[in-house]
Amino acid sequence: MSAPTIAALVPAATNVGSPALNITIFGVFVLITLGIVIRASKNNRSAADFYAGGRAFTGRQNGIAIAGDYLSAASFLGIAGAIALNGYDGFLYSIGFLVAWLVALLLVAELLRNAGKYTMADVLSFRLRQRPVRMAAAISTLAVCFFYLLAQMAGAGGLVALLLGIDKKSGQSLVIAVVGVIMIAYVLIGGMKGTTWVQIIKAVLLIIGAAVMFVWVLSKFGLNLSHLLGEAVTESGGKKVLDPGLQYGKSGLTKLDFISLSLALVLGTAGLPHVLMRFYTVPSSKEARKSVEWAIWLIGIFYLFTLVLGYGAAALVGPKAIAAAPGKANSAAPLLAYELGGELLLGLISAVAFATILAVVAGLTITASASLAHDIYNSVIKEGTASAEEEVKVARITAVVIGILAIFGGILANGQNIAFLVALAFAIAASANLPTILYSLFWKRFNTRGALWSIYGGLITALTLIVFSPVVSGKAPVAPLKTSASMITDPTVDFHWFPLDNPGIVSIPLAFILGWLGTVTSKEYNAAKYAEMEVRSLTGHGAEKATSH
Amino acid sequence: MSNDARTEHDPFVALQDSPEFADLRSRFRRFVFPMTGLFLAWYFLYVLLSVYASDFMSTKVFGNINVGLLLGLGQFVSTFVITILYVRWADREFDPRAAALATTIGDDHR
Repeated sequence: MSAPTIAALVPAATNVGSPALNITIFGVFVLITLGIVIRASKNNRSAADFYAGGRAFTGRQNGIAIAGDYLSAASFLGIAGAIALNGYDGFLYSIGFLVAWLVALLLVAELLRNAGKYTMADVLSFRLRQRPVRMAAAISTLAVCFFYLLAQMAGAGGLVALLLGIDKKSGQSLVIAVVGVIMIAYVLIGGMKGTTWVQIIKAVLLIIGAAVMFVWVLSKFGLNLSHLLGEAVTESGGKKVLDPGLQYGKSGLTKLDFISLSLALVLGTAGLPHVLMRFYTVPSSKEARKSVEWAIWLIGIFYLFTLVLGYGAAALVGPKAIAAAPGKANSAAPLLAYELGGELLLGLISAVAFATILAVVAGLTITASASLAHDIYNSVIKEGTASAEEEVKVARITAVVIGILAIFGGILANGQNIAFLVALAFAIAASANLPTILYSLFWKRFNTRGALWSIYGGLITALTLIVFSPVVSGKAPVAPLKTSASMITDPTVDFHWFPLDNPGIVSIPLAFILGWLGTVTSKEYNAAKYAEMEVRSLTGHGAEKATSH
Repeated sequence: MSNDARTEHDPFVALQDSPEFADLRSRFRRFVFPMTGLFLAWYFLYVLLSVYASDFMSTKVFGNINVGLLLGLGQFVSTFVITILYVRWADREFDPRAAALATTIGDDHR
């Protein structure tokens, strides 16, 4: 089938694939994973079980789960779509997402595993004053998780539009709610153990699915990448999709915006709380290292697949058909699947994409609820006196609350570009979390004031700049639409004064400077706790062990 | 000003002050800091070239494969290579030394 036929089908979205088949395949996935989650939950008694899966996963299992956690809907749907429409500039996203893992591998993963217990705040507050630092770390954890959740839920909405032929917002909202409820069930029943297994299964399915499409696309072009790229250019009407600059090269401002984005991507990963929490699910720092090694290989290979999938979608489906589809850029990969393997492959790939959203959302929810229960409820409110049972109970309740908030947020964010929303989460993580993580692991003199200034300063700056950026208001309408391309689609509303979409280039350096300034203006320093933290983080002495049943 | 009233007999402070620990720390930092500097420099060089030297990046090397694509794939290769190098170094050089020092503290002090 050639591109024009698909273009003809697209206006009636219901005709792309069979909604019944898509729902059936997805339903089978949910049933199988729920079964596994229930099995995995049999030993979910202690806090270490609920938050950290008993620390009993191997490095390889955790590495696959990390890939499952990280290769979100933004990676699969967003990047493939960005490459299909913007060519090379979409590819740049995936490079930032991958290279960022070296920060986690070299500087953060092992030291964090050795020094912490359940959450990012465990490490940040180790040698500083517990309550204020935990509070700050928990707040920034929640902020990052919230943006990331929004991105995933928005992706669910877009996907539904395409796959189930549900054009009405109310119908899409209902499906977002269903996704949210299933995710809450995973987290409540399975805790970290169940969530991890969902992520492992999903990662395997996603990578196999992408590999099949990768080989299929290449074989259509005689295994000749150059030939595929040439076709992509032709189908794009001669647009320079192979050269950098299509999306970000328009003006000096967009170039600066891209540098800001690159900074946020490469420094954000090692500050993502849901990624950091995964390092506690393995028994030792050596296994944490092995986790990152596996994750880097899987994620890298997956992004190489998406490069071919993106250009393949441009060459075989055509950018016009993709842009006209209900899910816009996000529908490039599913449309390509339909073009290659018809209804069945589309059904399989869409089920995998749904599973992706489900697994990532579950990981985010457990991270946010652990932070609320362990850091805010137990450490700040109860001053560490809550029992493990009480803490886990609070975590379960907050998981439900967060799930409900995610459903409403997802309904509101429905239709936003997902790769882009994720980039904002990365910017917040790189500004609010990473400076304090690095300072507390490597800078002897670092203290409480430095941490608070850096976390709150980075967080508030990043959030403020986002609110007053063109992301929220004031973007010019893109023809043929009359609505603004910003979150607030009314073109008459414009209160932006920060010129860039991504705040990273301002907020990240500022957070580093504030951390330094706060530290040198305060005399507090805890030599004994620093000695304990440094010795434990480097030698692994006294690191939390796996629980045995 | 300290907010912890531990004495100087703290085993962690003692170990932290020892030359063996200083050696472990400097070995670790001598590996990871230059490596971090290297990959960040290479990444930002690539980003800056993509943004400000798009003509150079658009130069065709063979067929439709241009410099930008090759350098982009080069980022994947360098990431994989650094991962392999670090894991090998950490398994062989770092772990045995770290484990040996960990046992010198003896029981779990917590």
